[in-house]
Amino acid sequence: MKLKQLSLFLENRPGQLRAPLETLGGAGIDILTMTLADTAQFGILRFIVADPARARKALEAEGMIVSTTDVVPIQVDNRPGGLAAVLAAIESAGLGVEYMYDFAARATPDKAAIIFRFEDPDRALEALKSAGVRVLTSEELLGK
Amino acid sequence: MSAWNDPPGGFLPVSMPDYLPRPQLSAIQLQRLQSVVSRAYDRVPLFRSRLEERHLTPASIASLADIAKLPFTVKADLRDTYPFGLFASPMEEIVRLHASSGTTGKPIVVAYTQADLDVWSEVMVRSFAACGLHRGDVIQNAYGYGLFTGGLGAHYGAEALGATVIPISGGNTERQLMVIQDFGVTALCCTPSYFLHLLESARETKIDLSRLRVGVFGAEPWSDSMRDRIQADSGIRAHDIYGLSEIIGPGVGVECAHQHGLHIFEDHFYPEIIDPETGEVMPDGAEGELVLTTLSKQAMPMIRYRTRDVTSIMGEPCECGRTLRRIRRIGRRSDDMFIIRGVNVFPSQVETALLRVEGTLPHYQIVLTRDKGLDQMEVKVEVTPEVFSDEIRKLEAVQHNLEASIENILGLRVKVTLVQPRSLARSEGKAKRVTDLRNL
Repeated sequence: MKLKQLSLFLENRPGQLRAPLETLGGAGIDILTMTLADTAQFGILRFIVADPARARKALEAEGMIVSTTDVVPIQVDNRPGGLAAVLAAIESAGLGVEYMYDFAARATPDKAAIIFRFEDPDRALEALKSAGVRVLTSEELLGK
Repeated sequence: MSAWNDPPGGFLPVSMPDYLPRPQLSAIQLQRLQSVVSRAYDRVPLFRSRLEERHLTPASIASLADIAKLPFTVKADLRDTYPFGLFASPMEEIVRLHASSGTTGKPIVVAYTQADLDVWSEVMVRSFAACGLHRGDVIQNAYGYGLFTGGLGAHYGAEALGATVIPISGGNTERQLMVIQDFGVTALCCTPSYFLHLLESARETKIDLSRLRVGVFGAEPWSDSMRDRIQADSGIRAHDIYGLSEIIGPGVGVECAHQHGLHIFEDHFYPEIIDPETGEVMPDGAEGELVLTTLSKQAMPMIRYRTRDVTSIMGEPCECGRTLRRIRRIGRRSDDMFIIRGVNVFPSQVETALLRVEGTLPHYQIVLTRDKGLDQMEVKVEVTPEVFSDEIRKLEAVQHNLEASIENILGLRVKVTLVQPRSLARSEGKAKRVTDLRNL
């Protein structure tokens, strides 16, 4: 199933990452995983929290611009070639990956969770299901 | 304009009006003012209705001081009557049109009869003569040829002077330098910042500029310290030339050999300094907004045109002997327009460009810098929820669309930088949109 990811715009200068993280910390919100995409000029912080609506509210109260995007968590075997096998299935389903990153908070020794961003998450879910790729539920991922 | 057998370097008869005794000059000015006011009253409906509102007629002008009774003309008048609404001549008598950037993407259009072009050439000849140029000089004209008045204005003036003209137009630094060196160019017309760029490139490529002795630089504000640097680095004499399309183009005023203020060709252009807030005329020496009246224009008389350029009139005589009063070098404007690479830019034009891309107006700031002698314009735009995306390429597309939209309106390549929301300074009342770091 789909997961809500939050994104934040960051200027490429010192101190820009600290402010939003302090805001989240002050609101008692734990970041489960995050990734920073950067260009020469700016960066985008993408992250996943247990309660995205509350996190978004806290950040917007500080004047930050937040966007919410559906992403798809996929289970990958934690072995050499595990990710390649999933990517092969994604490719044969005709799906393009916008970006992807590891889900850091998951502690299963033999399985990894990778967060995928597809252009059309709903179509991706359908295609992944019929390709036999294991999509994780938020309960499995966030433990609730 | 200058006779074939006038001695090179000698006094040119065409420059005679530069040295008229003041009483004679004033008499000529009054007679010309009265006739140009009559012409505009008879032929330009906007001007006539403004006079009628004030219960004035051309007969109300009995002395030069009476000019203060007349209403001002502003840039918006040219825009509102676009394209031909202020013309005082029928198209059969108009032989040239030029245009320059306006405030909303529409240009403003200016017109010339043959007599207007002759006046323009005359004041350009007198400008070049004041810079010490004459027949025998090889003048490279690197102002842009086209709708911009700089190129053709300097071109015909230099030809009328009897000099050899190289109509190279703007751009292509390598070719500019090759021609300067190989053709033995003695004088160059361009913007001062472009000359600094040429100087730097010449140094890198070991081009010989030693024959070059005079620069006629205008179309953008510059400073005495920049002149000092140019003169020390290149060994040329660098003269400031002033003009604007609405009045005629380049050749409204120029610096003589003493390089202390710009002589206004007062027999054709009547200068006043006003308080930009109240519109009151201020005495010589006081700083305010320069207002110009064309005393001899036919196709498009400009009565009390507010230039928005801030300066003061220097009433005291100049050591060069010219009786023409001078204005101090123009460093700033009374509105928020700025000039970059010879192009007039209003922040409202940038706003139009941003609106076209985003739909709503984001918070923005314009930063002007000078890098290697070339002016650079950066527009910092705060990211809005409407354009923000989690994907890098979509944000980069927004950035490129903003750059393209601005270039489309201004004809200038600028850099757009996306910045965090609320990161640009907010000011109370009118926002300060332009930060000029050029050290003019």
